[in-house]
Amino acid sequence: MGLAFFQWCEGTFIGETVRTSVWLFPIIEAFHLLGLSLLGGAVLVLDLRLVGVMLGSEPIAELARSTRRWVVAGVTTMVLTGVPLFLSEAVKCYYNPSFWVKMATLPVAVAFTVAVRRQIAKEPPAATSPRTRLAGATSMLLWFTVAAAGRWIGFSS
Amino acid sequence: MLEFLQWLAGTEPSIALRESLYMWPFVESVHVLTLALFAGTAIMLDLRLLGLALRPVPVAVLTSRMLPWTRAGFAAMVVTGMLLFYANPAHYYQNVFFRIKVVLLAVVALNIWLFHSRIHRRVAEWSRDPVTPRAARIAAIVSLASWAGIVVAGRLIAYNWFDCDIQPQSDFINWIAGCVIQPPTQ
Repeated sequence: MGLAFFQWCEGTFIGETVRTSVWLFPIIEAFHLLGLSLLGGAVLVLDLRLVGVMLGSEPIAELARSTRRWVVAGVTTMVLTGVPLFLSEAVKCYYNPSFWVKMATLPVAVAFTVAVRRQIAKEPPAATSPRTRLAGATSMLLWFTVAAAGRWIGFSS
Repeated sequence: MLEFLQWLAGTEPSIALRESLYMWPFVESVHVLTLALFAGTAIMLDLRLLGLALRPVPVAVLTSRMLPWTRAGFAAMVVTGMLLFYANPAHYYQNVFFRIKVVLLAVVALNIWLFHSRIHRRVAEWSRDPVTPRAARIAAIVSLASWAGIVVAGRLIAYNWFDCDIQPQSDFINWIAGCVIQPPTQ
Protein backbone atom coordinates (compact mmCIF):
# COMPACT_ATOMS: atom_id res chain seq x y z
CA MET A 1 0.00 0.00 0.00
CA GLY A 2 1.29 3.39 -0.90
CA LEU A 3 2.45 6.11 1.40
CA ALA A 4 -0.23 8.37 -0.09
CA PHE A 5 -2.93 6.30 1.56
CA PHE A 6 -1.28 6.65 4.97
CA GLN A 7 -0.94 10.38 4.47
CA TRP A 8 -4.63 10.52 3.59
CA CYS A 9 -5.41 8.58 6.80
CA GLU A 10 -3.60 11.17 8.90
CA GLY A 11 -5.60 13.91 7.22
CA THR A 12 -8.98 12.39 8.06
CA PHE A 13 -11.13 14.15 10.63
CA ILE A 14 -10.53 11.46 13.26
CA GLY A 15 -6.79 11.40 12.59
CA GLU A 16 -6.52 15.17 12.92
CA THR A 17 -8.69 15.31 16.04
CA VAL A 18 -6.75 12.62 17.90
CA ARG A 19 -3.37 14.00 16.86
CA THR A 20 -4.05 17.57 17.90
CA SER A 21 -5.66 16.63 21.22
CA VAL A 22 -3.55 16.31 24.36
CA TRP A 23 -5.88 13.79 26.03
CA LEU A 24 -7.45 11.73 23.29
CA PHE A 25 -4.50 9.54 22.30
CA PRO A 26 -3.62 8.52 25.90
CA ILE A 27 -7.27 7.86 26.81
CA ILE A 28 -7.96 5.81 23.69
CA GLU A 29 -4.69 3.97 24.30
CA ALA A 30 -5.83 3.14 27.85
CA PHE A 31 -9.08 1.68 26.49
CA HIS A 32 -7.03 -0.24 23.92
CA LEU A 33 -5.29 -1.87 26.92
CA LEU A 34 -8.63 -2.64 28.57
CA GLY A 35 -9.61 -4.34 25.32
CA LEU A 36 -6.34 -6.28 25.46
CA SER A 37 -7.18 -7.49 28.95
CA LEU A 38 -10.65 -8.58 27.94
CA LEU A 39 -9.56 -10.27 24.73
CA GLY A 40 -6.54 -11.82 26.45
CA GLY A 41 -8.70 -13.38 29.14
CA ALA A 42 -11.35 -14.67 26.77
CA VAL A 43 -8.78 -16.18 24.41
CA LEU A 44 -6.46 -17.60 27.08
CA VAL A 45 -9.19 -19.47 28.96
CA LEU A 46 -9.83 -21.61 25.89
CA ASP A 47 -6.19 -21.78 24.73
CA LEU A 48 -4.84 -22.89 28.10
CA ARG A 49 -7.61 -25.51 28.23
CA LEU A 50 -6.75 -26.70 24.71
CA VAL A 51 -3.11 -27.02 25.69
CA GLY A 52 -4.28 -28.97 28.73
CA VAL A 53 -2.86 -26.90 31.57
CA MET A 54 -6.01 -25.24 32.93
CA LEU A 55 -9.61 -26.20 33.76
CA GLY A 56 -9.05 -29.78 32.60
CA SER A 57 -12.34 -30.88 34.17
CA GLU A 58 -14.40 -28.62 31.90
CA PRO A 59 -15.53 -29.65 28.41
CA ILE A 60 -13.67 -27.72 25.71
CA ALA A 61 -16.86 -26.94 23.81
CA GLU A 62 -18.47 -25.36 26.87
CA LEU A 63 -15.51 -23.06 27.46
CA ALA A 64 -15.48 -22.10 23.78
CA ARG A 65 -19.19 -21.32 23.81
CA SER A 66 -19.25 -19.43 27.10
CA THR A 67 -16.32 -17.14 26.23
CA ARG A 68 -17.24 -16.52 22.61
CA ARG A 69 -19.08 -13.25 23.03
CA TRP A 70 -16.19 -11.82 25.08
CA VAL A 71 -13.74 -12.66 22.32
CA VAL A 72 -16.00 -10.72 19.96
CA ALA A 73 -16.33 -7.87 22.49
CA GLY A 74 -12.55 -7.82 23.02
CA VAL A 75 -11.71 -7.75 19.30
CA THR A 76 -14.37 -5.07 18.72
CA THR A 77 -12.92 -2.88 21.48
CA MET A 78 -9.40 -3.35 20.13
CA VAL A 79 -10.42 -2.41 16.59
CA LEU A 80 -12.60 0.55 17.59
CA THR A 81 -9.76 2.02 19.68
CA GLY A 82 -6.94 0.84 17.42
CA VAL A 83 -8.25 2.52 14.28
CA PRO A 84 -8.26 6.09 15.69
CA LEU A 85 -4.82 5.50 17.23
CA PHE A 86 -3.56 4.41 13.82
CA LEU A 87 -5.23 7.28 11.96
CA SER A 88 -3.53 9.81 14.25
CA GLU A 89 -0.05 8.58 13.36
CA ALA A 90 -0.51 6.64 10.13
CA VAL A 91 2.68 7.92 8.48
CA LYS A 92 4.77 6.95 11.49
CA CYS A 93 3.17 3.49 11.30
CA TYR A 94 4.02 3.25 7.61
CA TYR A 95 7.73 3.45 8.44
CA ASN A 96 7.39 1.23 11.52
CA PRO A 97 8.32 -2.48 11.04
CA SER A 98 6.41 -3.46 14.21
CA PHE A 99 3.23 -2.05 12.71
CA TRP A 100 3.59 -4.24 9.63
CA VAL A 101 4.34 -7.32 11.73
CA LYS A 102 1.18 -6.63 13.68
CA MET A 103 -0.95 -6.05 10.58
CA ALA A 104 0.38 -9.22 8.97
CA THR A 105 -0.29 -11.37 12.04
CA LEU A 106 -3.63 -9.90 13.11
CA PRO A 107 -5.77 -11.31 10.28
CA VAL A 108 -4.08 -14.70 10.70
CA ALA A 109 -4.83 -14.67 14.44
CA VAL A 110 -8.46 -13.69 13.86
CA ALA A 111 -8.94 -16.26 11.10
CA PHE A 112 -7.30 -18.98 13.18
CA THR A 113 -9.46 -18.16 16.21
CA VAL A 114 -12.64 -18.25 14.15
CA ALA A 115 -11.60 -21.51 12.48
CA VAL A 116 -10.67 -23.25 15.74
CA ARG A 117 -13.87 -22.19 17.47
CA ARG A 118 -15.98 -23.18 14.49
CA GLN A 119 -14.31 -26.59 14.41
CA ILE A 120 -14.92 -27.05 18.16
CA ALA A 121 -18.59 -26.15 17.72
CA LYS A 122 -18.95 -28.64 14.87
CA GLU A 123 -17.02 -31.50 16.40
CA PRO A 124 -16.19 -30.99 20.09
CA PRO A 125 -12.97 -32.75 21.09
CA ALA A 126 -13.62 -35.11 24.00
CA ALA A 127 -10.24 -34.58 25.62
CA THR A 128 -6.89 -32.88 25.23
CA SER A 129 -4.99 -34.35 22.28
CA PRO A 130 -1.88 -33.39 20.32
CA ARG A 131 -4.26 -31.66 17.94
CA THR A 132 -5.90 -29.46 20.60
CA ARG A 133 -2.50 -28.72 22.13
CA LEU A 134 -1.19 -27.53 18.78
CA ALA A 135 -4.29 -25.38 18.24
CA GLY A 136 -4.03 -23.75 21.69
CA ALA A 137 -0.29 -23.13 21.39
CA THR A 138 -0.63 -21.69 17.87
CA SER A 139 -3.39 -19.35 18.98
CA MET A 140 -1.35 -18.08 21.92
CA LEU A 141 1.72 -17.59 19.73
CA LEU A 142 -0.28 -15.66 17.11
CA TRP A 143 -1.99 -13.38 19.63
CA PHE A 144 1.25 -12.88 21.53
CA THR A 145 2.93 -11.74 18.31
CA VAL A 146 0.09 -9.30 17.61
CA ALA A 147 0.26 -7.86 21.15
CA ALA A 148 4.07 -7.72 21.39
CA ALA A 149 4.41 -6.08 17.97
CA GLY A 150 1.64 -3.68 18.97
CA ARG A 151 3.48 -2.63 22.12
CA TRP A 152 6.69 -2.26 20.15
CA ILE A 153 5.11 0.23 17.71
CA GLY A 154 5.42 2.78 20.50
CA PHE A 155 9.06 2.01 21.22
CA SER A 156 10.47 1.93 17.71
CA SER A 157 10.20 5.29 16.07
CA MET B 1 10.31 9.43 51.69
CA LEU B 2 11.21 11.63 48.73
CA GLU B 3 14.80 11.85 49.90
CA PHE B 4 15.05 8.09 50.18
CA LEU B 5 13.62 7.67 46.67
CA GLN B 6 16.03 10.27 45.32
CA TRP B 7 18.86 8.27 46.85
CA LEU B 8 17.37 5.11 45.32
CA ALA B 9 17.26 6.81 41.92
CA GLY B 10 21.00 7.43 42.23
CA THR B 11 21.91 3.80 42.76
CA GLU B 12 23.80 2.13 39.96
CA PRO B 13 21.17 -0.41 38.76
CA SER B 14 18.44 2.24 38.82
CA ILE B 15 20.46 4.52 36.55
CA ALA B 16 21.35 1.59 34.29
CA LEU B 17 17.70 0.57 33.94
CA ARG B 18 16.52 4.14 33.40
CA GLU B 19 19.04 4.79 30.67
CA SER B 20 18.98 1.36 29.05
CA LEU B 21 18.09 1.17 25.38
CA TYR B 22 16.35 -2.22 25.43
CA MET B 23 16.01 -3.35 29.05
CA TRP B 24 13.41 -0.79 30.07
CA PRO B 25 11.18 -1.31 27.01
CA PHE B 26 11.52 -5.05 27.52
CA VAL B 27 10.42 -4.91 31.16
CA GLU B 28 7.63 -2.50 30.22
CA SER B 29 6.45 -4.84 27.46
CA VAL B 30 6.34 -7.82 29.83
CA HIS B 31 4.38 -5.66 32.28
CA VAL B 32 1.80 -4.71 29.64
CA LEU B 33 1.52 -8.08 27.90
CA THR B 34 1.05 -9.88 31.22
CA LEU B 35 -2.18 -7.89 31.50
CA ALA B 36 -3.71 -10.38 29.08
CA LEU B 37 -3.04 -13.24 31.51
CA PHE B 38 -3.50 -11.45 34.80
CA ALA B 39 -6.27 -8.92 34.16
CA GLY B 40 -7.76 -11.21 31.54
CA THR B 41 -8.37 -14.15 33.87
CA ALA B 42 -9.41 -11.80 36.72
CA ILE B 43 -12.01 -10.24 34.41
CA MET B 44 -13.24 -13.69 33.38
CA LEU B 45 -13.81 -14.61 37.04
CA ASP B 46 -15.64 -11.34 37.65
CA LEU B 47 -17.80 -11.89 34.57
CA ARG B 48 -18.56 -15.41 35.80
CA LEU B 49 -19.66 -14.04 39.18
CA LEU B 50 -21.99 -11.70 37.30
CA GLY B 51 -23.29 -14.58 35.21
CA LEU B 52 -22.00 -13.04 31.98
CA ALA B 53 -19.27 -15.53 31.01
CA LEU B 54 -18.34 -19.17 31.66
CA ARG B 55 -21.80 -19.87 33.11
CA PRO B 56 -21.52 -23.66 32.86
CA VAL B 57 -18.32 -23.62 34.93
CA PRO B 58 -18.79 -23.77 38.75
CA VAL B 59 -17.25 -20.76 40.48
CA ALA B 60 -15.29 -23.04 42.84
CA VAL B 61 -13.62 -24.66 39.82
CA LEU B 62 -12.52 -21.26 38.56
CA THR B 63 -11.19 -20.13 41.95
CA SER B 64 -9.26 -23.36 42.41
CA ARG B 65 -8.13 -23.96 38.81
CA MET B 66 -7.96 -20.57 37.11
CA LEU B 67 -7.04 -18.28 39.98
CA PRO B 68 -3.51 -19.81 40.30
CA TRP B 69 -2.87 -18.50 36.76
CA THR B 70 -4.20 -15.12 37.79
CA ARG B 71 -1.84 -15.12 40.78
CA ALA B 72 1.12 -16.12 38.61
CA GLY B 73 0.26 -13.26 36.29
CA PHE B 74 -0.01 -10.90 39.23
CA ALA B 75 3.41 -11.97 40.50
CA ALA B 76 4.87 -11.07 37.10
CA MET B 77 3.03 -7.74 37.18
CA VAL B 78 4.45 -6.95 40.62
CA VAL B 79 8.04 -7.92 39.75
CA THR B 80 8.06 -5.96 36.49
CA GLY B 81 6.11 -3.10 38.06
CA MET B 82 8.62 -2.77 40.88
CA LEU B 83 11.49 -2.81 38.40
CA LEU B 84 9.84 -0.02 36.41
CA PHE B 85 9.31 1.95 39.62
CA TYR B 86 12.88 1.33 40.66
CA ALA B 87 14.09 2.80 37.36
CA ASN B 88 12.72 6.21 38.32
CA PRO B 89 11.37 6.10 41.89
CA ALA B 90 11.30 9.78 42.87
CA HIS B 91 9.65 10.68 39.55
CA TYR B 92 6.84 8.12 39.89
CA TYR B 93 6.34 8.91 43.56
CA GLN B 94 5.23 12.41 42.55
CA ASN B 95 3.16 11.27 39.59
CA VAL B 96 -0.58 11.88 40.03
CA PHE B 97 -1.58 8.76 38.11
CA PHE B 98 0.87 6.59 40.00
CA ARG B 99 -0.71 7.77 43.23
CA ILE B 100 -4.22 7.08 41.93
CA LYS B 101 -3.04 3.62 40.92
CA VAL B 102 -1.66 2.87 44.39
CA VAL B 103 -4.93 3.97 46.04
CA LEU B 104 -6.95 1.78 43.67
CA LEU B 105 -4.62 -1.15 44.38
CA ALA B 106 -5.45 -0.72 48.06
CA VAL B 107 -9.19 -0.75 47.20
CA VAL B 108 -8.68 -3.93 45.18
CA ALA B 109 -6.71 -5.58 47.99
CA LEU B 110 -9.52 -4.82 50.45
CA ASN B 111 -12.09 -6.16 47.98
CA ILE B 112 -10.12 -9.38 47.45
CA TRP B 113 -9.77 -9.85 51.19
CA LEU B 114 -13.50 -9.31 51.76
CA PHE B 115 -14.37 -11.65 48.91
CA HIS B 116 -12.18 -14.50 50.10
CA SER B 117 -12.75 -14.10 53.83
CA ARG B 118 -16.52 -13.58 53.68
CA ILE B 119 -18.21 -14.35 50.39
CA HIS B 120 -16.13 -17.14 48.93
CA ARG B 121 -16.20 -19.18 52.16
CA ARG B 122 -19.70 -20.34 51.35
CA VAL B 123 -18.98 -20.88 47.65
CA ALA B 124 -20.16 -24.50 47.89
CA GLU B 125 -23.71 -23.20 48.38
CA TRP B 126 -23.81 -21.21 45.15
CA SER B 127 -20.87 -22.44 43.07
CA ARG B 128 -23.12 -23.78 40.29
CA ASP B 129 -25.63 -20.92 40.24
CA PRO B 130 -25.51 -19.15 36.87
CA VAL B 131 -25.79 -15.82 38.68
CA THR B 132 -24.10 -15.62 42.07
CA PRO B 133 -25.38 -13.96 45.31
CA ARG B 134 -25.59 -10.20 45.52
CA ALA B 135 -22.47 -9.80 47.66
CA ALA B 136 -20.39 -11.75 45.13
CA ARG B 137 -21.76 -9.66 42.27
CA ILE B 138 -20.97 -6.44 44.10
CA ALA B 139 -17.41 -7.68 44.71
CA ALA B 140 -17.17 -8.47 40.99
CA ILE B 141 -18.30 -4.99 39.98
CA VAL B 142 -15.90 -3.34 42.46
CA SER B 143 -13.12 -5.55 41.08
CA LEU B 144 -13.90 -4.76 37.42
CA ALA B 145 -14.15 -1.02 38.06
CA SER B 146 -10.97 -0.88 40.15
CA TRP B 147 -8.86 -2.94 37.76
CA ALA B 148 -10.09 -0.85 34.84
CA GLY B 149 -9.10 2.27 36.78
CA ILE B 150 -5.71 0.73 37.57
CA VAL B 151 -5.05 -0.09 33.91
CA VAL B 152 -6.07 3.39 32.77
CA ALA B 153 -4.10 5.15 35.52
CA GLY B 154 -1.13 2.86 34.83
CA ARG B 155 -1.11 3.81 31.18
CA LEU B 156 -1.37 7.53 32.00
CA ILE B 157 1.66 7.41 34.33
CA ALA B 158 3.71 7.80 31.15
CA TYR B 159 2.38 11.32 30.59
CA ASN B 160 3.90 14.34 32.29
CA TRP B 161 0.92 16.73 32.29
CA PHE B 162 0.92 17.11 36.06
CA ASP B 163 4.61 16.71 36.80
CA CYS B 164 6.02 18.87 39.57
CA ASP B 165 8.56 20.47 37.24
CA ILE B 166 5.77 21.66 34.96
CA GLN B 167 4.32 24.69 36.70
CA PRO B 168 2.04 26.47 37.27
CA GLN B 169 -0.44 23.77 38.28
CA SER B 170 -3.48 24.15 40.48
CA ASP B 171 -2.88 23.80 44.23
CA PHE B 172 -5.05 20.70 44.18
CA ILE B 173 -2.87 18.94 41.59
CA ASN B 174 0.31 19.93 43.41
CA TRP B 175 -1.17 18.62 46.63
CA ILE B 176 -2.19 15.28 45.05
CA ALA B 177 1.23 14.92 43.42
CA GLY B 178 3.02 15.92 46.62
CA CYS B 179 5.02 18.60 44.85
CA VAL B 180 7.38 20.65 46.95
CA ILE B 181 6.82 24.19 45.71
CA GLN B 182 9.38 26.78 46.73
CA PRO B 183 7.70 30.01 47.88
CA PRO B 184 8.63 32.87 45.56
CA THR B 185 11.64 34.74 46.89
CA GLN B 186 11.07 38.45 47.48
